[in-house]
Amino acid sequence: MEIGIAHYLGVAAILFTIGIFGIFLNRKNVIVILMSIELLLLAVNINLVAFSYFMQDMVGQIFALLVLTVAAAEAAIGLAILVVYFRNRGSIAVEDINMMKG
Amino acid sequence: MVLQALFFYLFAALAVASAFMVVASRNPVHSVLFLILCFFNAAGLFVLIGAEYLAMLLVVVYVGAVMVLFLFVVMMLDVDFAEMRQGFLQYLPIGALIGVILLAELLMVISGWVIAPGMLGEGAAPTPPVEQTQNIAAIGELLYTRYIYWFQLSGLVLLVAMIGAIVLTLRHKPGVRRQNISEQVARRPETSIEVVKVESGKGL
Repeated sequence: MEIGIAHYLGVAAILFTIGIFGIFLNRKNVIVILMSIELLLLAVNINLVAFSYFMQDMVGQIFALLVLTVAAAEAAIGLAILVVYFRNRGSIAVEDINMMKG
Repeated sequence: MVLQALFFYLFAALAVASAFMVVASRNPVHSVLFLILCFFNAAGLFVLIGAEYLAMLLVVVYVGAVMVLFLFVVMMLDVDFAEMRQGFLQYLPIGALIGVILLAELLMVISGWVIAPGMLGEGAAPTPPVEQTQNIAAIGELLYTRYIYWFQLSGLVLLVAMIGAIVLTLRHKPGVRRQNISEQVARRPETSIEVVKVESGKGL
């Protein structure tokens, strides 16, 4: 039983789909939406590393590293915004985020 | 090879199951813990395809820093999470529909192609043989030479994120006594002590 690139891409595709599904499912809870975004980025990283290994190219791992950095920065900023928002409104429901009437 | 396949399926199944539990569990604390499990299994997958450094980075940076941050925030915010589950099933059909369509499309895309035989090892930076260079050394040789600007830029991104998070969450409470160094340095005996002549037998 040879594990090829298609297996890894399949796992990444399933994780990506679960991440999208989570965004739709937890329409009220911003924290779980942020976690779903982390899942999406993890799926992308699995794709990058799988291609890096199966095509014998190191650049994929470098790029995965950069994606990891940006994901960490995004999580920090997102959670900071969440904390400020909770202080102002006393809730983290997505439906309450309507001050800008967008 | 059989062992490798076995571990691949173990890690993949656990990663997918815990990812599903992240979006489906009732308590956000459980969601964070399942996300940690998912990242551990993804790190296992990375180890299987020889990306040891990224696997360790995933464990150290994600599980050690980002997920703890998530856990802090989840526990810090005093939210009624039971109330948040209202309308959970309302979005289930449309979410499931979009998920199934997306998964079918992705699986269709990834199942029907092969890497051209001539392309193997012809990328921008071919992986050196593992016997000669370890994974972390290969990454370092590439990251600190050709991708040094990207590396510096990612450091800058982290710096901006740190400053942004501090600026966003810092608040000045009124009535908090803070240290005022210039005031302390400027203190003289005349301003800080008062000599009172007390008449004996009377007190103050």
